[in-house]
Amino acid sequence: MRVVLAEDLHLLREGLVALLRAHGFEVVAAVESGPELLAALIGERPDVAVVDVRLPPTFTDEGLQAVLAARRQVPGLPVLVLSQHVEQLYARELLADGSGGVGYLLKDRVFNAEQFVDAVRRVAAGGTAMDPEVIARLLASNARNEPLGRLTPREREVLELMAEGRSNAAIAQRLYLSDSAVGKHTASIFAKLGLAPSDDDNRRVLAVLAFLNSK
Amino acid sequence: MTSVRSTLTALARGAALAGLALLGLAVGLVMLAAVLLTFLVGLVIVFPPAVRLARAVTRRQRELAARWSGVRIDDPYRPAPPPPVPQADGWYRDGRTLYRKPTIPAFNKRWNWMVKDPATWRDFAFLLSAPLAGGFMAAAPLLVAAYGVAWAAGGDPAMGVALILLAAISAPWYAPWAVRVHGRAAAALLGPTEKARLAQRISHLDAARTEVADAQAAELRRIERDLHDGAQARLVAIGMTIGAAEQLLESDPQAARALLGKAREASATALQEIRRLVRGIHPPVLAERGLGDAVRALALDSPLRTHVTVDLPERASAPLESAAYFAISELLANAARHGDATEAWVDVSAQGSALRVTVTDDGHGGADPERGTGLRGIERRLGAFDGVLAVSSPVGGPTTAVIELPRAFRTKPVPMSRWRYFGRLCWALWPIALFPQGLVAMGFKLAGSPVKSWFLGLHVPEPFQWPVIVGMIALGGGLLAVALAATVRSGQTEGGACG
Repeated sequence: MRVVLAEDLHLLREGLVALLRAHGFEVVAAVESGPELLAALIGERPDVAVVDVRLPPTFTDEGLQAVLAARRQVPGLPVLVLSQHVEQLYARELLADGSGGVGYLLKDRVFNAEQFVDAVRRVAAGGTAMDPEVIARLLASNARNEPLGRLTPREREVLELMAEGRSNAAIAQRLYLSDSAVGKHTASIFAKLGLAPSDDDNRRVLAVLAFLNSK
Repeated sequence: MTSVRSTLTALARGAALAGLALLGLAVGLVMLAAVLLTFLVGLVIVFPPAVRLARAVTRRQRELAARWSGVRIDDPYRPAPPPPVPQADGWYRDGRTLYRKPTIPAFNKRWNWMVKDPATWRDFAFLLSAPLAGGFMAAAPLLVAAYGVAWAAGGDPAMGVALILLAAISAPWYAPWAVRVHGRAAAALLGPTEKARLAQRISHLDAARTEVADAQAAELRRIERDLHDGAQARLVAIGMTIGAAEQLLESDPQAARALLGKAREASATALQEIRRLVRGIHPPVLAERGLGDAVRALALDSPLRTHVTVDLPERASAPLESAAYFAISELLANAARHGDATEAWVDVSAQGSALRVTVTDDGHGGADPERGTGLRGIERRLGAFDGVLAVSSPVGGPTTAVIELPRAFRTKPVPMSRWRYFGRLCWALWPIALFPQGLVAMGFKLAGSPVKSWFLGLHVPEPFQWPVIVGMIALGGGLLAVALAATVRSGQTEGGACG
């Protein structure tokens, strides 16, 4: 799998390259600034890109802007965005085109190599990987949302994991439930939120995120 | 009808101003007596009450100037001295003397404050000159009419009627004008001098600076404590855990692995703490995207349904953006916490060079800036930038808070307008046209004087002499009119730029 990597801190960049190579990825470009990143994304057309939000030369949201620009030219180009802080605003901008293949994680998630690589693979396959903190803040700002209040605590846990972009199997493993139990919970959640059920994991995630974003 | 009523109102106001001027004169005389007693006899005790009396009258004058003449006159007085503070031993020091009770030091402070304030003496001057400076002028139509009645009673009805008629005819335009001019004349003596204005400004800035310095020191102290107790302590723990894992690596790899896992968790917690701290110092979205998007991000995180409109020409300076951001954040949090609101509206816009933010919510209202420490904190933060917070929160809602931060954006410097150059030129030229070339030449012409001097009207051939002279008079008058108009106009544009 071909990866483009953008990260301005030398140490972290080398660490990420080593990590990805160890898990069988081919890093075709490791860049350190916004303009270089946009050129690499358009030129290399990688299977997935791992991008830091804050990059030179302006050290603002250079990386995010480059990713958004690239996705306008190549719809659905899979990108996993990393940041020291997460904002609902940025998550919305990434999800806005509704074509999937988007990840948005805190940089600390790199600490857990297994989960991080899993997220990269999920995004590359056109799925979604939202940071638990983004989902927590989404839910906190939806605290007064009527239908959400009707979920049971277990359904809420399932909803959180689903919104992060995990499949039923992954949720089942995480919560020590059977696949069929998770299936029952998700059906109940969709009924309570008034969403059309869908078997497609990715469409399901986007529906949930759209619901949470519709505040 | 309305013009008759407004004339009568103006006449009544003129009479009231004249009455107040006479009262002021009486108070001025009382103050004169107090001054003489104080400085000749040494009866210092009578001075403060006399000054207070004088200030009561001049305060009334200022109010009337604002209400009737539309002239705002700010208080010119220096800020009152703080009450004396006892020393550690309970005695009060005043100069080189110690007092058991605060009465005498307090009196001395007040006395010095009054005597050394030029505004006291300007008030005094105003009171003594008030009847002449404006009182009689404002009441002139009534006085002329009264004079006419006196003539009529004295046996000259024709003269009396003529005077009363003069008063009646001139009153409709004279009386309102006189009331307006009275206000402006009063402003000259009752308003603050440039020096007093600066003194007031400096004392305000001084207070603001102290508050900012204190707040900043407290903020740094808080950050230091948070780092010390949080991230720093955690990093020490991580270091120790890794050290322990290193030692166990050979003998008990299983335990070493568990320790390393713990170290990783601790590093994640440390990061989380630093992230929270950074958000409190300077939110990353604000640095990355500016105020507009930072407010949008705030709105998304708020449990309220928040609608944001932003209309800004450019990014304001970073400290200002930060002050506005934290104020909005606090206001939204207040609305969610205390006001039981479900919906909020945030409007961020530029008003000239000022930044204006309006935050409205549909909560139950009743917020009071005097009691809420949150609102007080916002005011203090904004005060450093001369910003102000106005809160309207009737019980039952809705609550509207308006923040205004002046000089947030660069405005194009206003060049000296063409009108003003033109006005100055006209001011310089109109007397030459009107007087020597116009009226004086006309006088020479009427008297048939042989002297022609430099009067153009007398040098041209006979048939053109009168037209040139009349033309010069008309030109002079015209130039004067244009000069006045230009001055008024440039005054307006400048006023517009300032406000």
